[in-house]
Amino acid sequence: MAGIIGYGAYIPRYRIKVEEIAKIWGADAPNYKRGLGLEEKSVPGPDQDTITMSVEAAKKALRRAGIDPREIGAVYVGSESHPYAVKPSGTVLAEAIGATPDVHSASFEFACKAGTEAMFVCLCQVESGRIKYGLAVGADTSQGAPGDALEYSTAAGAAAFIFGRDHVVAQVDETYSFMTDTPDFWRREYQHYPRHAGRFTGEPAYFKHIRGAAQGIMKKAGLQPKDFHYVVFHQPNGKFPLNVGRQLGFTREQIETGRLVPKLGNTYSGSSPMGLTAVLDVARPGDRILLVSYGSGAGSDAFIFTVTGRIDEVRDKAEHTRALLDGHKVYIDYGTYAKYRGKILKAE
Amino acid sequence: MRDVAVLGVGLNSKWGELWEMSLRDIFVEAALNALDDAGVDRVDSIVVGCMTSGLFVGQEHLGSLMSDYLGMNPVAATRVESACASGGAAFRQGFLEVASGAADIVLVGGVEKMTDVGGDEATYALSAASDMEYEAYHGITFPGLYALVARAHMHRFGTTREQLAHVAVKNHRHGARNPVAQYPYEITVEDVLASVMVADPLRVLDCSPITDGAAAAVLCPVETARKLSKKPVVKVLASAQASSTIALHSRKDLTWFESTAEAAQKAYRMAGKRPEDIDVAEVHDCFTIAEIVVLEALGLVERGKGGQAAASGMTALGGKIPVNTSGGLKSKGHPVGATGVAQVVEITRQLRGESGPRQVEGARVGLTQNMGGTGGSSVVHIFETV
Repeated sequence: MAGIIGYGAYIPRYRIKVEEIAKIWGADAPNYKRGLGLEEKSVPGPDQDTITMSVEAAKKALRRAGIDPREIGAVYVGSESHPYAVKPSGTVLAEAIGATPDVHSASFEFACKAGTEAMFVCLCQVESGRIKYGLAVGADTSQGAPGDALEYSTAAGAAAFIFGRDHVVAQVDETYSFMTDTPDFWRREYQHYPRHAGRFTGEPAYFKHIRGAAQGIMKKAGLQPKDFHYVVFHQPNGKFPLNVGRQLGFTREQIETGRLVPKLGNTYSGSSPMGLTAVLDVARPGDRILLVSYGSGAGSDAFIFTVTGRIDEVRDKAEHTRALLDGHKVYIDYGTYAKYRGKILKAE
Repeated sequence: MRDVAVLGVGLNSKWGELWEMSLRDIFVEAALNALDDAGVDRVDSIVVGCMTSGLFVGQEHLGSLMSDYLGMNPVAATRVESACASGGAAFRQGFLEVASGAADIVLVGGVEKMTDVGGDEATYALSAASDMEYEAYHGITFPGLYALVARAHMHRFGTTREQLAHVAVKNHRHGARNPVAQYPYEITVEDVLASVMVADPLRVLDCSPITDGAAAAVLCPVETARKLSKKPVVKVLASAQASSTIALHSRKDLTWFESTAEAAQKAYRMAGKRPEDIDVAEVHDCFTIAEIVVLEALGLVERGKGGQAAASGMTALGGKIPVNTSGGLKSKGHPVGATGVAQVVEITRQLRGESGPRQVEGARVGLTQNMGGTGGSSVVHIFETV
C-alpha cells in the first residue's frame, strides 16, 4: 500500500512575540494571547521564501526516505505565497534536490490546504503506478496586514512528504475531501494582503468543513475518534483545533502532539502538514493518525495513516519538528520584523 | 383615540449570527410567528422598523419587500427609522394608526441583518446614528460616546466599575433563561473586568453585540382583541416619544438622557401611572452604563443610584423592579431595528404570564424604553393587562 516514505519540516529561526506586535498597535496583549491561544510566531529571514523553506524540508524528507532523488517522478508545492505569480516553485525545488529532468511538477493553491492537495495528488500518482516516488510540499510565508488580527498568527514554515509504495513509514488507509463555495478569506491579484470576513471564518467556514471532512472520512473507514492515537487539524490559532476536536469527540491528548500553533503561528499550507511531521516524530508502529486540513474558500482534505515499523529507523535521521520549534530561536522586534517581511523598504 | 391592544407577538426562532438567513427571511419568520400568535392572516397595514439595512445589506424600500415576501400586497407598508429606536418608533406608528382609526389590524415589525459585513463596516453603519459631521467624522464611535457618559457618571455619582459589570452579569443571568438569546449563558463580574478593553472604562462585556434578528407584533383595537383572543388582553396604555440633541457634546448634562426623561413623563401622564406602578421593564442597555442612566431617567431608580440597582439585586428577577428579563440587548442581542419591537414582545409575554422560567410573578403593568444614538430619540410605551 502506498504511503509516506520520508518526511521533514523546516521552521525559520526568527520569532516575534504577540506582546511585541500588540505594543505597536496599542492592542491588549494578554487578551490576544488568551483569545487566540498564541504566544509567538515564526518569521522568515530576509532571504527566505516558500521555495527555500521547501528545499530545506525536502532535504530532510529525502534523508528519511533514503532514496535517490532521481527516482522522484513528481514535485508538487502547495502554497499561497509562491514567490512568483508566474514561474513555478517546483522547478527550483526539483533542481535543488537533484530530481530534474525526469519529473512532473505543479504548483497548488487553495488557501491553507494547498499542502494537503499536493499530498493527495502525489499519493494518487503513486497509487496509479504512473510514478515510483513523488514529493509533496506545503509551505508558506503567510501574509497578515499590519494591525490586522491575522498579523498575530501569520507565520512561516514548510513540511515535505515523499510518497511511495516501498519503504513506507505511514501508509495511507483512507482519504476524503469536503468542499463548498464559502468565501471566508481571499486575496485578489495584485493585492499584497488577504482579506477575511471576520467571524464568518469560524463556524460556517473552518468548523463546518473540518467537521464535514473528519466525520466523512471516519464514516468511510468505519472508525470512531477513540480509534486514533493522534489527530492533527489545521491550526489557524490555538483555540480552533481544540474546539473542533472537542466538537468531534477527540481528547486534548490526541490533539496536543501535533498542535504546534501556540509557539509557531499559522503556517497556512504548512500548518496541518507540519503538525503531522511532529506526530510522526513520536508515533509508534501501529499508531493510527487522522489529518484534516482546511483551506478558505473553502474545503478540507482528510487522510488516515497507519504508522509502520520503519518509523523507528527513520525518525532520527533528521531534526525533529519540536526541536526545530523549541531550538535555536532569535527574537526580533517589530521594526526588524517589518523590514524582513517587506512592510518597510529602504529608499532607493 | 381608540384603545389599542397587542394581539400577537413573535420573534424569529434564534438571534445571533444567522449566516444561512437573509434580511427578508428573518423578518418573515418573526412576522409569521406574530400573525400565528394573533390568530389573524390579514392586516390593513405594515410598519417596519429598521435602522440601516442600506448600509448593512444594501437594501432599502423595506415596506414593499416585507409586504411582498409576506404575501400581503397590496396593503400599505412603510419603513420607519429612528436609529436604534427604529423598532420603538415603528411600534408607535402602528399604535397611532389603530388609535386614530386609520387601520384596524396593523403588523409592526423590526429587523436588522448586521453580520453580512465585517467589524469596521458595522461600526461605520452604527455610527450613522450619531452626529456624522460633528461626532463620527472626528473619530468617535458609540463605545467612545458611552464611555464618556460612564466616566461622567462615575465622577459625579461615584458609580463604580464593578457596578457597571453587575448590569451585564444580571442581564446575562436573565438571558440564560431565554432560548432565543444570542448569548444565553451566565457571566461573572470577574469575566467582565477581564474582558477586552473597548473604550475605557467600557470593556467588550459591557457592550451589546452585533446581531441578526427580527421581532413583530400585531396591534388592533382592544374591543377587537377581546373578541378574537383567548389570551389575556394587553392594552397599550401609553405611547410617547421625545427628542434630544443628536450630539452628546451639545447636552447640558452628560449623565442624563433628556429624551428618555421627557418621553417617560409623557407616558406616565398618558397611562395614569407612576414609576412605582411598573412591575417589569425592558430598557435600552446597549452599554451597561446606558441601563444605569435610563433607569434614573425613567424614575425607576433614584438619580445617581442607578449603579447600585443591578449590584443590589433590585433590578434582577425577584427584585423590586425586574429589568430586561429577556436578557436585554446585552445577552439577547441587539439587531438595532428589531430591538424596540422585541421589548414589546417580552413585556407582552410577561403580562400574559407566558415567560416561563423568567416570569415576573403577578406582573400587570410593564414598560418599554427604546433609544436612538446616545439618546437623541427615545420611545417609551406602557402596557397593562385589562
